[in-house]
Amino acid sequence: MKESVIDVRGVRKRYGEVLAVDDVSFGVSAGRLYGLIGHNGAGKSTLIKLMLGLLAPDAGSITILGEPVLGPRFREVRRRIGYLPENVSLYDNLTGAETLRFYADMKAVDPRGCGALLERLQLAHAAHRPVRTYSKGMRQRLGFAQALLGDPRVLFLDEPTSGLDPEGIREFYRLLHDLKQQGVTVLLSSHNLAQLQDRVDGLALIRSGRLQAAGTIQQLREALNLPVRIHAAWRPDVNGSPQSLLRGFGGCTIDTREDGECTITCAQRDKVGVLSALLAAEHAPRDLRVQEPSLEDVFLGYSAAPEQDDNAQV
Amino acid sequence: MRKFDPRLMLVLARKEFWDRLRNKWVVAVAGIFTVFALVIAYFGTAQGGAVGFHGMDVTITSLVSLVIYLVPLIALMLGYDAVVGERERGSLDLLLSQPISRLELLLGKYLGLAAALGISTVAGFGLVGVVLSYGVGLPALARYGSFVLSTLALGCAFLSLAVLLSVKAANRVTASGMAIAAWFLLVLVYDLVLLGLMVATSGQRYAEVFPALLLLNPADVFRILNVYAMEEMRALYGLATAMPDALSNPWLLGAVMLAWIVVPLALAYRSFRTP
Repeated sequence: MKESVIDVRGVRKRYGEVLAVDDVSFGVSAGRLYGLIGHNGAGKSTLIKLMLGLLAPDAGSITILGEPVLGPRFREVRRRIGYLPENVSLYDNLTGAETLRFYADMKAVDPRGCGALLERLQLAHAAHRPVRTYSKGMRQRLGFAQALLGDPRVLFLDEPTSGLDPEGIREFYRLLHDLKQQGVTVLLSSHNLAQLQDRVDGLALIRSGRLQAAGTIQQLREALNLPVRIHAAWRPDVNGSPQSLLRGFGGCTIDTREDGECTITCAQRDKVGVLSALLAAEHAPRDLRVQEPSLEDVFLGYSAAPEQDDNAQV
Repeated sequence: MRKFDPRLMLVLARKEFWDRLRNKWVVAVAGIFTVFALVIAYFGTAQGGAVGFHGMDVTITSLVSLVIYLVPLIALMLGYDAVVGERERGSLDLLLSQPISRLELLLGKYLGLAAALGISTVAGFGLVGVVLSYGVGLPALARYGSFVLSTLALGCAFLSLAVLLSVKAANRVTASGMAIAAWFLLVLVYDLVLLGLMVATSGQRYAEVFPALLLLNPADVFRILNVYAMEEMRALYGLATAMPDALSNPWLLGAVMLAWIVVPLALAYRSFRTP
């Protein structure tokens, strides 16, 4: 097991009567893109603030890059961290260039890199305009540029794509992909499960302040034993009803549409068997599509499941 | 123990100062000080049936009455928003995620705002000082210089109080309410209550306690520093007997003023230090 860049152990945080984070443990290895998902108020932002040392945990420990985040070497740790808060709030009276310059000074980063960052985030044209004239998407991009100052090794991004248009979102994930290639570890929280689905290496699902599940999407699917849907279509002249083919697979359901295409719903463990049976049949389908449970299915599956404990390393 | 890094404190102080310079706060406040000071210097004795400049001590006494109302109000309005404003707008978390420590953050904010207030004070009253300097001797100018210095200290004391309120308050509205209440209590009510108590007790029983109580209010410390320190003013106000010499010692008063700057800031840090 690789050493975790982000290591959260038994962390607990209480606000008065409310237990906002309850005994959460997980780790993220270098170069991974890790998603934090959960309902509104589940404790995602609190967890990120704890990881950044903006809040002190009541119990447990957090290390980032091997250092306790509130320890004596906090400056070194923070110079290597980039943070984009949810609904980032920047100083309206500063220009984009001045904003970056200010945070570059804070991180003791060479300010000559600010121009290139503004260019990279497509803000060069607005560099000398006050932030108050920026659109929400532009502010978000400037916030992201700020997080990238000083080539951080770890990025904490809280709802980073809110306010971005589809093109901006694609560009954002392309940038994240490049950063990942360079070994940057990224932890991001999002409501938009469809965006995360094919992009994250691992996930932690937070529910009422507790870690409900953690792992790769595939691990979570398997843990929930969510069924797979297989769409099969035959040529019009072929009667390809698969009823007889699938007798051996218990629990399979078949839903046939008027146009002859049918949707077979079966357990994960039967997936390969069902596909083999379909392909080996005398009248094999002309088209097959396998639809794995989406991240949304996984999320809803866990929302319906009783709360449980789980710790994992991704 | 974390090593204090003055560089980060100054980065923040510079930003705070430039913000106030850019949004014309500094110029506006300097302008207010200049206009009011000029008007008071020349018309301050109008009630006595004469206008014009009547010597430095009289002018300073008139200016003290202005400063004692105006400077605390301006300092409180400048500082109440310092921390709670960033917290409410959501920029505090991003600032705290930087390599800056909480002490550096608080002091950086304070220094930046104090510099803005200081420049306005020195520019505003300095300009008037230049006008008044015509035809007066060096000792009179030195007295004016110490008046400006004590005005700076008064502003810093109330700014320190404002930063404490800003750390303690849950939101900006509460902070502004607390700031107005602080001004009302320390500038308007405090002396009235003391005077009332003094009269009610016929000025006899607690005669030695009242002067000490005056030291608990930075506005009064400022007044004593400027007015009672001047021989002729003491005679004029007839309060020479009320203020024991020991309490009108400028070093003691200076130390008390310094405490009024340091203690609220220290209390603010005590609240702010734990994440």
